[in-house]
Order: sequence, then C-alpha cells, then structure tokens
Amino acid sequence: MRYVVGIDLGSTTTKAVVLDESCRPLGRGITNSRSNYQVACDVALGEALNSARLGLVAAELDASAFPPARRSELLGELERRFREQQYRAQLGRLADALASRADGDAGLRSIVENIVERMGVEAHALFAPGASRKSDFFRDLAGSRYLALAEEHAGERGAGFDRLAGLYDKAILEVENAPGDDARFGETARAALASMSSSEDVLATAVERAARVPLERVTCVGTGYGRATLPFPREWIRSEILCHGLGAHHLFPGTRTVLDIGGQDTKAIQVDEQGLVTSFQMNDRCAAGCGRYLGYIADEMSLGLHELGPMACKSRRSVRISSTCTVFAGAEVRERLSLGEKREDILAGLHRAIVLRAMSLLARSGGVKDEFTFTGGVARNPAAVEALRRLVTENYGARTLNISPDSIYTGALGAALFAQREAGKRASAA
Amino acid sequence: MSTTTMAPLKDRSQLRQKQMIAAHFARLARTAESGEKSVYTFVPGNLTELVRNFDLLPVLPEINALQSSMRGKSKEYIALAEKLGHSEDVCSYVKCDIGMLKSGNVGPTGERLPAPDLLLLSYTGCFTFMKWFELLRQEYGAPTVMLHVPYQADGVITDAMRRYVVAQLEKKVIPALEKVSGKKFDLDKLREQLRLSAQAEDDLAWVLHSAKHRPSPIDAYFGGVYYIGPMFSAFRGTQDAVDYYRELRAEVQERLDAGLGPVTPAGTMEHEKFRVVVEGPPNWTSFNEFWRMFADEGAVVVASTYTKVGGFYDFGYRHDPEHPLESLADYCLGCYTNLDLGTRVDVLCRYLEEYDADGLLVHSVKSCNSFSAGQLVMLAEVEKRTGRPVGFLESDLVDPRYFSAANLKNRLESYFQMVAQKRAGARR
Repeated sequence: MRYVVGIDLGSTTTKAVVLDESCRPLGRGITNSRSNYQVACDVALGEALNSARLGLVAAELDASAFPPARRSELLGELERRFREQQYRAQLGRLADALASRADGDAGLRSIVENIVERMGVEAHALFAPGASRKSDFFRDLAGSRYLALAEEHAGERGAGFDRLAGLYDKAILEVENAPGDDARFGETARAALASMSSSEDVLATAVERAARVPLERVTCVGTGYGRATLPFPREWIRSEILCHGLGAHHLFPGTRTVLDIGGQDTKAIQVDEQGLVTSFQMNDRCAAGCGRYLGYIADEMSLGLHELGPMACKSRRSVRISSTCTVFAGAEVRERLSLGEKREDILAGLHRAIVLRAMSLLARSGGVKDEFTFTGGVARNPAAVEALRRLVTENYGARTLNISPDSIYTGALGAALFAQREAGKRASAA
Repeated sequence: MSTTTMAPLKDRSQLRQKQMIAAHFARLARTAESGEKSVYTFVPGNLTELVRNFDLLPVLPEINALQSSMRGKSKEYIALAEKLGHSEDVCSYVKCDIGMLKSGNVGPTGERLPAPDLLLLSYTGCFTFMKWFELLRQEYGAPTVMLHVPYQADGVITDAMRRYVVAQLEKKVIPALEKVSGKKFDLDKLREQLRLSAQAEDDLAWVLHSAKHRPSPIDAYFGGVYYIGPMFSAFRGTQDAVDYYRELRAEVQERLDAGLGPVTPAGTMEHEKFRVVVEGPPNWTSFNEFWRMFADEGAVVVASTYTKVGGFYDFGYRHDPEHPLESLADYCLGCYTNLDLGTRVDVLCRYLEEYDADGLLVHSVKSCNSFSAGQLVMLAEVEKRTGRPVGFLESDLVDPRYFSAANLKNRLESYFQMVAQKRAGARR
C-alpha cells in the first residue's frame, strides 16, 4: 500500500499523519518532541504506521461482515492491549537503562528493579477499559509512577530520592530516543492478541494480514518549528502556517479564519475558499500566552496540563489576570492564591488572558470570518475554547467555531495534503 | 536549493565609499589639531551642503549607532545606557549613542569622535530626535539650533510651509552656523554644492530605478542602505559623492548588461524568484543574517521606503542651485518620516505597481515609534488596494535582544510560500 506522510515537528510534540494517495486518512502518531528531532520524527511516523495497520485490521473485519458490536469491542481491546505491549516494551528498555546506570551499586540497582517490576504489575490496569491516563507519552506516564514509587523507596539502602530521580532523567532519554519501528507491528500485535480476555480466529487472521501489507512511502512533507533540522530536501518542507491553513480547510471546507495556538507560537491565518493562505500574523519572539504558558502554570499549581481546562470551567467568577508573560503570570498566580482566590477562578482568568492575546493577532490578520477553525494543542482545552467563543462573539458577532477532536494533528494533516499534491505532480510529470 | 553563487569581492564603489568614510572620520579625529569644527545632525532633513558651506564637519549620531551595531558593539553600549538610567523602551539608537559616548566616544572606524561644536536639529517627524539632542546638549553643553519642519499632514508642500522653513534657515540656522564657524554664508558656493548634489542624485535615482528590470541588478533595501550612504550622510554636495555615484551607476549598468542579479551575503543571486517592497528600517545587529533569509528564498527587494528617509530622489526631487534655500526647504519637507500615513500608503502602492513586485513586507522595529506607528493600518490598506500579499516582521534597529532569527525566518518562509501558492493558484 502506497502512502504519503506529513510530519509536524512542533516545539512540544511531533505529529505524523499518513494518508493514502487519494487523501483518505490511514493513521496518525504523536510523540513528545526532544532534542533529537529526527528520532521524534521516526517515533511519530512509527506510531502513525502502527495506527494505519490497526486501521487495516478494522477494514479486514469489515470485509468479513463481523457483527458490529463485537467488532468494536474486539478492536477496542486489541488497541488497548497493543498500547500496553508497547508500554511494556519501553518499560523493559527503561529497566535496562536504569540498571546499566546503577551498575556497581547493587543496592541502587535492586531498588530500581523493584520499582520497574511494580510498574509492570500496574501496566495492565493502566490500559483497562475506561482507564484515564494523564498523558499520551511514555515519559509522562512512566515518570509519574516512577517518581511516586521512588518516593516510597527513598532512603532504602542509602539511596536518596534525588539520586533515584536523576537516574530516571538520564535513562528516559535513552528509552525515548529509541526509534519507532513499524517492523515490530506483527510481534506486538500477536502479543496483544495473546493477552486479550477473549479473541476470535478472524481477528488473528486480520492481524496477520495487516502485518504483511507492504507500506510504501511515496512522499513526505515536514513542517513545524523543527522542520529546518530535518534531513529533507527544501521542496519537502512547508511553513506550518500554510499547513494549518490547508489542514483546517480539509477538515472544515467552509473555514476562512484559522487560529492555531501551539506550544510556543500563536498564529492567526486567513484562508480562501481553496484553503490557500491570504494573510497571517504570529506572535513576536516572546512566546507569552502560548501552550507552554499553560504548561508552566500547570507546574506552578502542581496540576497536569490536561486538568487545567476542566478545572477552569468550574469557575463562577473569573479573576482578572493582567499578564500573559509566563514569568509574571507565575508570580501573579502565587499572589492570587495567597489572597485566597479559588484555583478555578484564577485559571479562568489565565485562559482569558491568553485568548485576549490571540484576539489581538486575529484582529491584525484581518479579523474573524465565518467559519472560524481553532487548531493546535490548546484547542483541546475546554476553558480556552469557551473564552475564545465568548470573545469572538463579543467582537465579531456569531461565528461558526469549528474544533476537530484531532485539532493537534491539523498541521501534520496539512503537510500530508501537500505531500499528496507533490506525489500527484510527480506522477503526472512521469 | 541555493539560488546564489559564492560571494565575489566587494564592488569598487563599495571600497571607494569605505575610503571616503575612513577619511572623514580621520578628519573628525584630528579636529583638536586642525581646528576644524563639527556639527551633529540627523539623517532625515540633513542640511549637509549648508553645514559644509561653512567648512564644518557633519557627524550623524544615528549612523554611528547603526555602524556600532554592525561592529557588534551595540549590546554593550545599550547595556551601559540602561545602567545609566535609560529605560528598555527608549529608542535603541539613542541608547547605543549614549553608550558609545560614555565609553570614550570611539566612532565606527575606531577613532575618537570630537564633541559637537553645534547641535543642529532639523526636525522632520521624529520626536525622539529632539529628546536625543536634549541629552547631548546636557552632556556637552553645545549650542543648539532647531529647524522646525512642518509635518505634511495633507501630503502636500504648500508655499507657506516652504516660506516658514526658509525663514528659519535665514534667521536661525545660517546665523548659528556663521557664529560657530566664524565664517560668512557663501551663496555662490551653496549653488555649486547643490549643483553637485543634483548630479549625484540623478545617478542615485537611476540606480534605484534599475530595480524595475528583471532580474533586478540591485537589492534596493539591504544593498540600498549602502547606496544611500554617501548621499544621506556627510557627502552630499561634494565631488566625492558625484564620483561615487558615477562609479556605482557604471557598476550597476554592467550588471544590467550582463543580466546579473544583486550581490547578496550568499553571493550573486542567480535566480530571482520573488520581488518585494519593504517598509521600515532594517535590523542592524544581524544585518547579513537577515538579508540572507531573503536571498536564500530567491527574494530581492525592488523598492524600500527606508532608503527615502534622507530624501525622495526617485520621484524626481532634486536640490536646485537656482532656488537654493527653497530647495533645501523642500528637501526637508519631503523626507519619508515627514509624510502622513495616506501618502506613505500611496508611495507603497506606487512601488508595488511600478516595480512589478509580488507583495509588501513591513519590518516593524520596536525602537522606532516614528516609523512603526500606523504600520498595521498601512499594511491593511495596501493589501486592500492592491490585492497583493502582505507580511509583517518584527525586530529592532540595534538592540540584539529583539532579533529572533527563528521567528523571522518562520514568517519569511511562510510569506514567500504564501506568495508562491497564490501565484500557482492564479496560473490554474
């Protein structure tokens, strides 16, 4: 099967979207970005191809006219167990990396072995139906458990918490810098099948078939902040502004204005009826009011990033936050907390502050036209969406606000669409 | 894919300019022995011919600031000025100059600059210039004379405005220059100076107009700032300037005949992909890096407004020996910084049209309120009138803290890809 791929190397996460040659979505993958962009790119692509193969499994089941309810039950469990197997494989690599770093200190080694063993025991529950996970990334998932367990074990055999935490910080780099591997799909999927509570022969057959489908990459387009670091020819690189414009247009063809709030920049983009960018504005060198700002605030309040929006939505009386400067806002949050303000009210004020900054860029770029599509990681935050909806209505009147559940993939999707066009051009030239 | 070849040696004209500047600064460094006197003044509305009429030597603080920046000195100068109490929000040219002054007043060529014998403020729209000279007056205690140039609020120069400026030249500026120099004003000499000015201006205008060709043999922004150097600084009205512009014109003619593109930091541009108009001053701290971002995209700037801050020669204005003081007045009144927003929009639209440019880029600098105020309004208006893609870039003049290469590159790449997309769309 031939495919095209778009990769968005953002400052916080790296995303890959895989399409077939007629722009049908095959799969997508995401990983946290790191110092080595090439690895991040490989991992995201590996994930996207895995999800493409899981999609092939689903298509196989469709072809065999399997009962729909049973089908979705089986596919759901297969995917969860597949993720669990991946998690376990990474846990194995983490154990090796920790052990090699603790080498020579038998006491330390035994503590980390103990911790990782306990993490292994917990893994099944982590991917149980309906289980909530704080993050999509191994670093965060494993990190939070490792640190919690390290706290319990600290002090044993003379190993302090800082030493245990330092060991993890080094080991995790090695684990997450291991490239993603599509070749392991069959092996991982078979292990997942074996661990399922109940399976069916038809599913096993579908997995085997999907694992054997050759996947052939036709073209690849990269975008995002790290794009220049990719070993791509210049023609394979597109600005994220164009990619977000095209991706938003593909998801919502009526789109005329796009707002993308990413990790370290915010972009207001106007597009025409074909998804071509007609004008844009972005934040200056200061990343105040971008996704990272929310990340720092989450740290400041000892919350997970995913928890910020839902908590802010509980607010009845938003506190006015004057600064979108990350440093000043941190100080303001502490001050407000000390004055006894509620966390949810402070958070509601912070969300409004970042959206106000985006409103200024939108105004500069030519305003908010109908339809209006919100993309990027921050579009998944319900409090940011609510603040945006209110301010847009106040300033521009009623607008259709589109938000895809896959908003974080919009840039990568746009890149994949450019890749598909590139493939089309090449085919017609040949 | 690179669109340029390896950098050639510097042009003859550029070497000549360097020698002219070196000789001028050497002369400034020797004033203690030679007894020559110096007049500090600013580029927009500079009265160089008049200053030189009295054999006085012009010093241009904002040129010193930008050259300090290109030598990598502005960071420490600005830090020193801030230590002395100047806020982060003060124009970075001012702080760079104050920092240089407080660090021994060593100029761009490494030689010491003399204290001013006169501060001549020809006010053409920049309020900061007034404050800047207040600071210098406090520092040096030098006599100060101010020429008030009325703002072109309606985009026209009226007789009353002209008479108002001429009267100040006669009653304030010339007497002040006579007093500091101890010499009488020489009208015949001024006519001869203005004749030389007009001659050089003809050649400069020709060079600027050469960008109408495809490919353009010059870059009218990054290259343009070199071309305007002698004209906007200490040399207008001298034979040196005439010779420089004659030589420059011949070089550009050669490039034109050979069908060559401009010389950029990455070498001669071989394939002109984009033609743009730029509004706003350049960034000086990373001048070549910024230029290269354009060159790497195959983008050439065919017209810029910054190269008009010291006079609008491409639209036909010339210093006139037949009407010496009136033409000096018209010169001051016509500087870009003295124009209202409507006229600035007209100028930009005219450039886009006459130079057949793909679009407009505005480079907004944090330091300069005079330039930046209204730029977003202008941007929107130009886009509305011409339908050509516009883009907005932000950094600073000489404060390196405000230059974010990744951010600028991102915006430029996005902009040029947007232009290319639009072009491809139009062809479909």
